[in-house]
Amino acid sequence: MAQVILLGAWPSPYVYRVIWALKLKGVDYEYVEEDVLNKSDRLLKYNPVHKKVPVLVHAGKPIAESAVILEYIEETWPQNPLLPKDPHERALARFWTKFGEDKNPALFGFFFTEGEQQVKATNERQEQLRILEEQGLGDKKFFGGDEIGMADLEFGWLAWWLEVLSEVAGVKVIEAESFPRLYAWIQRFKEFPTIKETLPDRSAMLTHCKARRARFLALAKS
Amino acid sequence: MEEVKLFGAWPSPYGYRVIWALELKGVKYEYIEEDLSNKSDLLLQYNPIHKKIPVLVHNGKPISESHVILEYIEETWPGNPLLPSLEDPHGRASARFWTKFIDDKALPFAMLLMTDGEELEKAAKEVREILKILEEQGLGEKDFFGGNEIGLADLAMGLIASSFGVIEELAGVKVLNGDEFPGLCNWVKKFKENPAIKKNLPDPDQMFVYYKQKREMLINSRAALSYK
Repeated sequence: MAQVILLGAWPSPYVYRVIWALKLKGVDYEYVEEDVLNKSDRLLKYNPVHKKVPVLVHAGKPIAESAVILEYIEETWPQNPLLPKDPHERALARFWTKFGEDKNPALFGFFFTEGEQQVKATNERQEQLRILEEQGLGDKKFFGGDEIGMADLEFGWLAWWLEVLSEVAGVKVIEAESFPRLYAWIQRFKEFPTIKETLPDRSAMLTHCKARRARFLALAKS
Repeated sequence: MEEVKLFGAWPSPYGYRVIWALELKGVKYEYIEEDLSNKSDLLLQYNPIHKKIPVLVHNGKPISESHVILEYIEETWPGNPLLPSLEDPHGRASARFWTKFIDDKALPFAMLLMTDGEELEKAAKEVREILKILEEQGLGEKDFFGGNEIGLADLAMGLIASSFGVIEELAGVKVLNGDEFPGLCNWVKKFKENPAIKKNLPDPDQMFVYYKQKREMLINSRAALSYK
């Protein structure tokens, strides 16, 4: 079997999307941790255009950009599909995946701000979450329907990273009263066996996120 | 009977991507021109979240976001494929990578239209870097981003063949030149020669009028904002 290598950097949610996809499909891979502040020759060779993680290397050929990697994984290892068969349903899955890509910065914004700016970022975030709650997820078990799909992996960071970021920033985000469906989805996603085994260590993340927020706020003040 | 409708707004490059895909595959469709300053109820119904064009409606079901539409078209009408076959997943990944690349770089191209003076110089410099990456790493020795035939990535790059020249002229810059970018210039020529593309290119004179007006409006509104 051709070798599969994943270049990643803890605790990037973009990297975790790829890890989840590989694990859900039972694909064996070697994980290589990259230091993004001191990029290896290997990373620069495999992703010369963006110089970022994640990069999947399969039989020596690199694929970069997490959304592109997920489509590659889906086509190369079709078991436990992440996309539905019906073309219109597939289009919807891709639509929501793109929505996540475009709106994730808006969802993150509250973490890198304080005071009035944070209030504004929070309001924007609430609006996007409302769309996800009512139109993205609706009454489905997962964004993908009855099973975890591509869009679930895109929003997976809401299930874990958001909680940690919220604690660090002192902002309550997804609560059962305000977003009952998203809240229920988060519990289901976190508890799903393959996902549960793979979530980054919470206390390590708390330390990491506290440091990042402090750095960002210091930079903003200077 | 199949019913295919496309909601677009001339001369949007995103709309044109979808037109080209449908034309290359010989899919019959009805084109509906939207006035973006006065969006129709139908558009708002079919794309309630973003309220944007293009939107493809196939047998009453809407699909929005141009690259999502292109993947849908490729899967629904597999004749004259725009992606390499499933036997070549790496080739498919490459097409998607370059499509995403140009989509993520929309802002520097927009800045060429929206700015003058120092900001314009900066935008031109950024666009030059983008074109360099496309020339050397995207296109390489190939005629098209898709290889020997036009593919999804070529359609995504289409703005470089259609509106870019007009925007350069209005901005008074010449970034895409044959000395620095022989591959890209060859690509523009071959892209526009394809019969399906050739019949469906926005008229350069009409584009000039449209983008001139847009440029003046955008530059004035940015100047007004800077006085706040």
